[in-house]
Amino acid sequence: MTTPAAPRAHEQQPQPQPPHGLLGYYESPIPIRRATLGDAIASEWTKIRSVRSTLWTLGVMIVLMVAIGLMSALLIAAADTDLAGEPVVALGFFGVLLGSICVITLGVLTIGSEYSTGMIRTTLTACPSRARVLTAKAIVFFLLAFVITTVTATVVAGFQTAILGAGLDSGSVWLRATVGVGLYIAALGLVSLAVGAIIRHSAGAITVMIAVVLLPLVLALFMFSDSLRGLQRFLFEYSIPNQLGALYGSTVTESGPSGWEPLLLMLGIAAVALGGAYLALDRRDV
Amino acid sequence: MIEAVGLTKRYGAKTAVDDLSFQVRPGAVTGFLGPNGSGKSTTMRMILGLDRPTAGHVTIGGHPYRSLPNAPRQVGALLDAKAVHGGRTARAHLLSLAQLAGIPARRVDEVLGVVGLRDVAKRRSSGFSLGMGQRLGIAAALLGDPQVLLFDEPVNGLDPEGIHWVRNLMKTLAAEGRTVFVSSHLMSEMALTADHLIVIGRGRLLSDMSVTDFISANSADFARVRVPENAPQEREKLTSSLIEAGGSVMSEPDGALRVTGLPLPRISDLAHGADVRLWELSPHRASLEEAYMRMTQGVVDYRSTDDAKAGLLEPPQAPYGAYGPYGDAQGGYGAAPGAPGHGQPQPAEAPQQSWYAPPPPGQNPYATPGHAAAPHPAAPEPSPADAAGTKTSEDPR
Repeated sequence: MTTPAAPRAHEQQPQPQPPHGLLGYYESPIPIRRATLGDAIASEWTKIRSVRSTLWTLGVMIVLMVAIGLMSALLIAAADTDLAGEPVVALGFFGVLLGSICVITLGVLTIGSEYSTGMIRTTLTACPSRARVLTAKAIVFFLLAFVITTVTATVVAGFQTAILGAGLDSGSVWLRATVGVGLYIAALGLVSLAVGAIIRHSAGAITVMIAVVLLPLVLALFMFSDSLRGLQRFLFEYSIPNQLGALYGSTVTESGPSGWEPLLLMLGIAAVALGGAYLALDRRDV
Repeated sequence: MIEAVGLTKRYGAKTAVDDLSFQVRPGAVTGFLGPNGSGKSTTMRMILGLDRPTAGHVTIGGHPYRSLPNAPRQVGALLDAKAVHGGRTARAHLLSLAQLAGIPARRVDEVLGVVGLRDVAKRRSSGFSLGMGQRLGIAAALLGDPQVLLFDEPVNGLDPEGIHWVRNLMKTLAAEGRTVFVSSHLMSEMALTADHLIVIGRGRLLSDMSVTDFISANSADFARVRVPENAPQEREKLTSSLIEAGGSVMSEPDGALRVTGLPLPRISDLAHGADVRLWELSPHRASLEEAYMRMTQGVVDYRSTDDAKAGLLEPPQAPYGAYGPYGDAQGGYGAAPGAPGHGQPQPAEAPQQSWYAPPPPGQNPYATPGHAAAPHPAAPEPSPADAAGTKTSEDPR
């Protein structure tokens, strides 16, 4: 396994030109070119596909979405229940809600594992531009989460429509339930990634994000007092499960965000969170 | 060329690096030496722009690391061998770093071969031994074929062959005209590898000189002279003629003489002139490790205390058997006898548990009164074992 110090062949060749590098006397024969964001994206793609946590989180998410989506459709078909005017594709909601936890985990781990392993130092030594590293991570993760969620949601919606034998929902409903949900979940993942970069601790960041998803709804359930009515409604309407439901066109409340609004809201939150992450990463020691 | 000017890093009340200024030149291996917690790694992180200095600055080739053009092609670093994602294979780890720095992918296989990890390139690095992890870290440092290389404790966990390999690698890299900056807490390792030494303790610069200068300034050479055992009068005759010639002589417990201040041929000539047969005339050199420990003993952060087992043992009979507190601030080099044996026919006893410690060359400018290692005039326990410093890395025999 051990190899004696075998200098690479090209280094043994005499330097053709007098050595006068920027820093010293050695000049590498490997052509030097400036690294770009594209290089960083390629690197992050290598990173994200070469760890098992990606396979696990996304695999579990696909299984959850497909299994829950099919089961709910089959149960409704067996019971012969009326959907009461709700679009068929809204049945995908439960699977996506559970699957979002997987995306949150992956988002946090994308940056959190760098901190927990110490890899972040190696990474930032290889690329001193911290903004570039974070941008590349965000792009790669966002695209991966978006593609997986959208494709799975589309497949599940197709099966559900087929099982229930109902007519096709309108195009805009379909678009929101597939591409819209994919974008929403990927943006939620971006928030997780940003929170992971700010907290720098995987378990802590995952806990925070799950609390962000569940806590408003749970808190609202216990606000019986009249004086809290306004707050309760706000928490209901803007809780992440309800926003997700709004994308599907089935909400608990009458008012609140509807149509594409939840997606814009989540993209805004992701932008703010990423801004915080840029600042934190740039200012702090690693 | 790495240049630090007034580099300071404080964490709250603790000052990890204190007004450190030094230069690391190309074409040589520069050792960066200091006890655990003396600020070596913090300094390395500041060089790489990972930590922001509280005051001062450090540049590589005139630029701070974070604004260095093509930084990964100019500088390679091994900071911590464990700083890899254990779930990633060695090759994927290096490939991601190569892609990040815009280095062609075939370079990955090249460096895997250089560090001897080609056979395990497809294995997840969590299964790697400490030595394999170090090799992977070195591979990452070599990826960009850079002009400046930083290694933080590169030989940790390596087997003897690996240590030998790293030594040669450092020397080869420096011989190619690169700047090689290696930290270590092992003086013995640096004495073999480095051309130049920067010693720090508690974040302050203690010494910045070439290894040769460090040796001549800090180590004491002596000659061991042995005369036939059955001829005590010859021993006395030789002793007095050596002292007359200006040497200082100490006696070792087994009857040999420790001579300083005279070159070996001169000792031989004197013995010949005095008509004394010699059974042994051998050169000895106090280890650099001792000189280094003497320099840093005042600034060691994590010091073990003597395991006294107070009240659990019978009072010890012989003070000699006791191994004193390692690097006791009072002990230190207090043993240095002022002028041993001058004018006396009978040479003084050489300290038995240690080498002959010379008085510090000149004044030690870094010895502050608080933790100075100077001999304490009113040291309560003048027992030879304590006074000799109790450092026994070099056996007197």
